[in-house]
Amino acid sequence: MIFKLRIPIVLAIAAFTLAANAADNRSIPTRELPSDSVYRLDLALVDQDGHVSKLADLRGGPVLIAMFYTSCKFMCPLIIDTLKRTSRVLNDAERAHLRVLLVTFDSNRDTPPVLKTLALQRSLDLSRWTLARSDAAGVRKLAAVLDVQYRPLANGDFNHSGVITLLDGAGHIAARSERIGELDPELVAAVRRTLAVEP
Amino acid sequence: MPRIAAFVLALLGTQHATADYAALPGGKFASVLPADEKDAFVVVAPFRLRVAPVTNTEFLAFVTAHPQWRRGRTPVVFAEPRYLSQWQSVDRLGPNVTPAQPVTQVSWFAAQAFCESEGARLPTWIEWEFAAAADSTRADARNDPAWREQILSWYSRPSTVPLPSVGGTPNIYGVRDLHGLIWEWVDDFNALLVASDSRDQSDPDRLKFCGAGALNLRDRDNYAVLMRIAMLSALKAADTTANLGFRCAKDGVGDGS
Repeated sequence: MIFKLRIPIVLAIAAFTLAANAADNRSIPTRELPSDSVYRLDLALVDQDGHVSKLADLRGGPVLIAMFYTSCKFMCPLIIDTLKRTSRVLNDAERAHLRVLLVTFDSNRDTPPVLKTLALQRSLDLSRWTLARSDAAGVRKLAAVLDVQYRPLANGDFNHSGVITLLDGAGHIAARSERIGELDPELVAAVRRTLAVEP
Repeated sequence: MPRIAAFVLALLGTQHATADYAALPGGKFASVLPADEKDAFVVVAPFRLRVAPVTNTEFLAFVTAHPQWRRGRTPVVFAEPRYLSQWQSVDRLGPNVTPAQPVTQVSWFAAQAFCESEGARLPTWIEWEFAAAADSTRADARNDPAWREQILSWYSRPSTVPLPSVGGTPNIYGVRDLHGLIWEWVDDFNALLVASDSRDQSDPDRLKFCGAGALNLRDRDNYAVLMRIAMLSALKAADTTANLGFRCAKDGVGDGS
């Protein structure tokens, strides 16, 4: 008799807990984020409008994150193109919940006004897109957690790998694409999967 | 004598007082990975380097003072599960390791945090190679086949032998144990295979790296360097291995402290 009652109660508690977790990543203190969450990295960012934030402020919904720099003439425009194309494939409701973060390798030259100029040139929707800078040590650590390779050159440019990473609401790496300059259907599918879990 | 004092101080947890750094002059250095296709030499700014790798004792003092870096508390995103697994417990070295051995099973993030805790940083790859090119009498011993051979023979030491303690023969700068003991993290470990030439934009199919191209090695006889590059390039920042440790560096200053 008691056994029969217990199962529905356990299921109800489990369902409630899952729903609460799925809906509420934004309010989780960062120290309670999963052990493999990228948001465990305590990283200060300054965006194109000079606003200061932490990387972990993005938790709670899916985020596409890539690293770039404004003087980059070849790959970085393609990274932005790819992010735009990925975003455009989604429907309006999906797109409204997807954030995009671009962090510059070039801490010295990519100041907020420089980032803002690029954002306007590329007509980026700044209600969902953020271009940000950190300090050199922060850039190195972010690249380390995202497994992005980069190397400063003597002339101030950078050589770097092209990577787009999808973080879920808790900061897990849900997908990772090195297909730059073309739409990656697996990345799109992963974005949709992540959005379905975290409305 | 200074070493005994260092151990006592380390045990007392005042690790800042123990860190012994040598001043290296920097200068033009023929790099295996040139910064530019045209120029074989890079200019290394003067810097300071810890004379020995960080030891078990020193790292224990660090995790005691910074418990968020203790085994079990460090998030997996910063250190994989084998982090400090050679120690008996989270706060005790135990019988399987000795205090004076270099600490291993540490990730890049943990090494960074240790260095930051003593106002330092990890050396860059070029700084490390600059220091490692020297022997006890020469700033650059790399053209000596006998020297190169000796280093390679150390790399073939079987891993069943317990890790020796720090404290080998110092090189001309006073730095010890750059060869023959452990692999060492550097700040830009993951940037070594990114090609040096950004002008090669001609192959749009090869978009993995902006400026994709082959590794441009200038000195193919220096196999030890190739091994180090291969080793570091295969690592991710949260990885740890039983033979991978680190030492810290600082920018150069005029007072030479």
